[in-house]
Amino acid sequence: MRAIEGILRTLGEPALLEVVSLTFQVTGLALLIATVVGVPLGAVVGLTRFPGRRLVTLVLYTGMGLPPVVVGLVVYLLLSRGGPLGTLDWLFTPSAMVAAQTIIAFPLVAALTMSAVEGVDPDLRLQVRALGATRWQTGWTVLREARIGLTAAIVAAFGGIISEVGAVMLVGGNIEGQTRVLTTAIVLSTRQGDFALAMALGIVLLGLALGANAVLLQLQGRAK
Amino acid sequence: MSTAPPAFELAGVRHRYGARTVLDIPHLSVPKGATLGVVGPSGAGKSTLLRLLQGLERPAEGTILADGAPMPHPLPLARARRITTVFQRPLMLDRSVRENVLFGLRVRGRTDRAAAAPLLERLGLAHLADAQARRLSGGEVQRVALARAMAVEPEVLLLDEPAANLDPANVSRVEAFIRDAQARGTTIVLVTHNTHEARRLAHRTLLLIGGIVIETGRTPEFFESPSHPQTRAFLAGELVY
Repeated sequence: MRAIEGILRTLGEPALLEVVSLTFQVTGLALLIATVVGVPLGAVVGLTRFPGRRLVTLVLYTGMGLPPVVVGLVVYLLLSRGGPLGTLDWLFTPSAMVAAQTIIAFPLVAALTMSAVEGVDPDLRLQVRALGATRWQTGWTVLREARIGLTAAIVAAFGGIISEVGAVMLVGGNIEGQTRVLTTAIVLSTRQGDFALAMALGIVLLGLALGANAVLLQLQGRAK
Repeated sequence: MSTAPPAFELAGVRHRYGARTVLDIPHLSVPKGATLGVVGPSGAGKSTLLRLLQGLERPAEGTILADGAPMPHPLPLARARRITTVFQRPLMLDRSVRENVLFGLRVRGRTDRAAAAPLLERLGLAHLADAQARRLSGGEVQRVALARAMAVEPEVLLLDEPAANLDPANVSRVEAFIRDAQARGTTIVLVTHNTHEARRLAHRTLLLIGGIVIETGRTPEFFESPSHPQTRAFLAGELVY
């Protein structure tokens, strides 16, 4: 009973809105960048043959399994004062969190896009070309045909980064009001023994993930 | 007598997949506006010939002249858009039947939705205009593919077994549709297993076996007085592999 009261109390707090808002901003921007870069790259790798294609595929597949905490560590080192990108002064800011999450999301989007376009019958490309489509129009048509796989790619990447804690904790620092997102807030609450708050945040996170995926699925349905 | 160059002229064309020669055509001419029937058993190289004429593949050897000029590879867009193919296994886009038929127009920047209706009507598909094309039967798909190809009003139409999955009523429809295209002056290369179809539609007929041209001639002579023993055997329904 106390737990439920705690959950309800937490859901009404304005600080929660701040955390939710930052979570969405960081994850949304990272997902957008990963999609804008990853979908065309995945499509090119899936639709063309070039020297080194197998190596690119191997790198993308490996990237799908990147441990977020390792990504966080590398981004931390790059952005730290003495690091090569230290002058950006991004460490412990949302920009650093976006950078880390983009690196985690990008291979997921690119590799799953590649698989999705490879799943479209190659003969369809020939038939589309024989109807007078340019190379770009053919590529676009294949992407449209692969839209279910593309949605899956974006959903997988979204799920991968909205639930990720290691990288955002390392490069964001979990600073209240500045870089605290839902996952890092859950870690902190758990450590402080405030399990009701941790659970409440967990429920909010799950609810948001559910809502965001419902929107993506709706968009996929409309594209039909 | 017309002095227009042939739609296609092949000289010394050989094509290979790996080490295997799949097509060997010393000479072949397809006059503009004519229909060439290409008959032969499975694996004879008939579909490969269509892929070369559509410019989807470049022959390993020899030259193909289109309208008197060598066919570059890849074909420039404007030239490629004058030729279209109805493939043996037509694939539908995951859209409505109407959108499939309009696809060739859309990629040309034309948005005339009404263009699909008369074609679908002619092929007995008007009631399916809004149906999902992926849910159609094999015979319906074949007719949609034909409508889709004709929507772009090609100068050259390459047909790969266009009536293979059709019942007799729809064979008549499709053949009438092909005759309309002939009447408009479309050059047609018609690949078919069905010798009767070639006899009904083609001005000239060619027999391919194992990638080799066995015989070619005007359709009446090809069927009535074939000169090659293999042509006689093929027309008699014997195994000629």
